[in-house]
Amino acid sequence: MTITLEAKNLSRQFGPNFAVKDVSFNLEQGEVLGFLGPNGAGKSTTMRMLTGNLAPSEGVVKIGPYDILEEPKQAKSLIGYLPEVRPLYKELTVDEFLTIAARFHNVGSKNLKQAVDSAKDRCGLMHMSKRLIENLSNGYQQRVGIAQAIIHSPEIVILDEPTVGLDPIQIREIRKLIKEIGKNHSVILSTHILPEVEMVCDRVQIINQGSLVFHGSIDELKQQRIGNKLQVGLSKAPTLKELSSIDFINKVEKIENNLYRFHFKKIVDAEKLAALCFKNKWGLYHIAPDVTSLEDIFAQLTMLGN
Amino acid sequence: MIFNIVRKELKSIFASPMGWIILALLMFGFGTQYLSGMDNYFQVMSGAIRPAERVGVTIFVGGQIYGNAAFLMSFAIPILTMKLISEERRGMTLPFLFSAPMSISEIVIGKFLGLLIFLGILVVYIFLMLSTMNIWADIDFGYLLANSFGLILLISSFVALGTFFSSLTSQPIISAVLSFIALIALMMAGRYYASAPDHWFNHISLLKHYQSFSKGIIDSADIVYFLLFTLTFLLLTIRRLDSDRLRG
Repeated sequence: MTITLEAKNLSRQFGPNFAVKDVSFNLEQGEVLGFLGPNGAGKSTTMRMLTGNLAPSEGVVKIGPYDILEEPKQAKSLIGYLPEVRPLYKELTVDEFLTIAARFHNVGSKNLKQAVDSAKDRCGLMHMSKRLIENLSNGYQQRVGIAQAIIHSPEIVILDEPTVGLDPIQIREIRKLIKEIGKNHSVILSTHILPEVEMVCDRVQIINQGSLVFHGSIDELKQQRIGNKLQVGLSKAPTLKELSSIDFINKVEKIENNLYRFHFKKIVDAEKLAALCFKNKWGLYHIAPDVTSLEDIFAQLTMLGN
Repeated sequence: MIFNIVRKELKSIFASPMGWIILALLMFGFGTQYLSGMDNYFQVMSGAIRPAERVGVTIFVGGQIYGNAAFLMSFAIPILTMKLISEERRGMTLPFLFSAPMSISEIVIGKFLGLLIFLGILVVYIFLMLSTMNIWADIDFGYLLANSFGLILLISSFVALGTFFSSLTSQPIISAVLSFIALIALMMAGRYYASAPDHWFNHISLLKHYQSFSKGIIDSADIVYFLLFTLTFLLLTIRRLDSDRLRG
């Protein structure tokens, strides 16, 4: 896999405060990287630095072979960027705006029409060509924003909170669109919505208070959710003390009536537990992995930093 | 690359009613003056008995129009320049420009040239309008060309200054008011020390340097003054936008 974007020890100070502190990561070709964090964690600041809109206090950003500070033009021509607030000239029509965007990104006049058409096609804007951007709905304006970011078929597409402020149907459509874009481009996507990352991204990075607190594949994130716990329902349960004294069990918590959370000492062995319940006639009626919600993991990870 | 910014600026000026209205109002203003200038010419000249009081129709009508153009522009240009950067800042559209493979200098110069070309329409219009006098009179084209050249230089200084004030704030109105005040102050500068014509204060007056053009004189000192003025404010604008990127 070739690395298309590389951030090394990226820091950004505003006065004495660090908005982003020592963040390093790579983006590989053809992957969708989710950038997850609560509001004010430094997601947007990082993205502004990646796209050359903000100079980092320290650190290096490399887009392909080019350093964004040393060779900004070459580096920027490889990126398509949709900031948090969509930069749209509302007095123009969709076609006019996209033509300007294409020209700005050095799309030759021969390919201009084709570039505009294909961007519109991919973002489902074909029937909106002659409409003023001002008069489009929120969701369609967002599509124009995305179309402007992919108009020059950049290697990397950077989208800052692309689904914020949209209704559920629009969100679903935009996510589909992002997945589609992810097939041909490398994508960095920031969001504070966890399911979004799970649905759209290959890899995830959690940032909190300016530092990366987790990075790994989506599967790793999911694994963290399961852990070594089981949820067990026993209709004729013995006392908690008796349950806790089982040799392979570390701890038992009562969740509610007849529902218990078993913490295993090492690995989860549901079979062994079920056999034991059966032998002692505890009335086993429910056994399930005890899934920590992503929100909990998120909270755990971000709390660690505090 | 600069050309693309120029095109975008022209497109957005003409996409909003503002550009058309200002163009129409100014043309109406110049047209009325032309008309009344022609009317007055014969009245005034028939009253002027001594030969020294007699002037050609080009200077009589043209001088009035070019003189007033400076003042009309000082009203119109701040309204146009406030759109250049201030409005982009308020609409959060600057990242669109900054993320494109263009340098900040290209963006600023492109915006400046875009507006200059737009206002150039007016200069050409005034020139053509005054040229129509040639149908029945023998007019002094050299005088018109010198004035047009001076007006272009004056406009470019106005636009550069307006662009700079536009880059300072995200409130378009504030930038318009600030640049209007600055322009008026710079135009009037010559009046404060009218009794001492060689005082340095007189030399920074925009109007004083414009006046020699209105006599039909093309003085390199005036050209250099206007070019330096324009360059200074464009550089300040570039610095200001660059520091946005550095300071955030």
